[in-house]
Amino acid sequence: MLVVLNGERTEIAARNLAALLSERDYEHTHVAIAVNYQVVPRARWTDATLNSGDQIEIITPRQGG
Amino acid sequence: MVSFYGKDFSSRLLIGTALYPSPAIMQHAVRASGAEIVTVSLRREAAGGRIGNAFWDLIRELDVTELPNTAGCRSVREAVTTAQLARELFGTSWIKLEVIGDDETLQPDVVGLVEAAAILVKDGFDVFPYCTEDLTVALKLRDAGCRVVMPWAAPIGSARGIVNREALKVLRARLPEVTLVIDAGLGAPSHAADAMELGYDAVLLNTAIAKAGDPVEMAKGFRLAVEAGRVAYEAGLMGPRDFASPSTPVVGTPFWHAVS
Repeated sequence: MLVVLNGERTEIAARNLAALLSERDYEHTHVAIAVNYQVVPRARWTDATLNSGDQIEIITPRQGG
Repeated sequence: MVSFYGKDFSSRLLIGTALYPSPAIMQHAVRASGAEIVTVSLRREAAGGRIGNAFWDLIRELDVTELPNTAGCRSVREAVTTAQLARELFGTSWIKLEVIGDDETLQPDVVGLVEAAAILVKDGFDVFPYCTEDLTVALKLRDAGCRVVMPWAAPIGSARGIVNREALKVLRARLPEVTLVIDAGLGAPSHAADAMELGYDAVLLNTAIAKAGDPVEMAKGFRLAVEAGRVAYEAGLMGPRDFASPSTPVVGTPFWHAVS
């Protein structure tokens, strides 16, 4: 299905966030995730069902001022 | 000691972690600055990337308190969601709240800032709002539950030092119970000392250290300046005078009242 992943239209096979992280090679990366502007806690990644058109943000720590 | 949301710190200098020539120099500069709080951000990373993990390890090695920011956010919704992502990512309720209203000056959108601050305080965040020197905005931020307020000295990265001194003095006088931090626009250690002499509780900066010829030495310079400014403020600065006043005693001056 087609979602918007980090601002880009992306075709994915995963149906939940845990599967998406595996599919997109984010495993073992320290990330936080929001779907449609709602943060999804780590504990809910397996249960969090994805839908076509979802806007998914996967973010990591970075330098800042 | 300075207190941020009930947590005490010895250093009154907060510094950013961006723009350094290398990660190692960033670490050395943080240590040389004596800062116990550093600002960090959060960004998208391409699939399979490991930049975030590497930075995470660097910060953890420093054993400092992280203050995540919402840099780059241009709406209340973006800022609130970014703050919530930061809480999830860094495991802290602290957030340096930025809502940018103008791309050229990076001036805060103070209307959106107050709205976002109120939402985040209700959501349990300890908010460090980046604002202008406007008094009414600072009062609204305080009333929204912010116990820290961070007005700019000048636009981010401009290195101009304090532009609107009188307004910043008014802020200090009107918000005695709020922890006030000068955030952004400082270019030299003397600017930091200036802010501290006005009675501000701390300063926060990044570019002036990171872009110095020798960031580690400049970090040391800012550390000393912040300490000097604070000591001077606590010692009680004399006020300016319109006319000269001799420092050497006048009485007993040779030839004083001599008859010519």
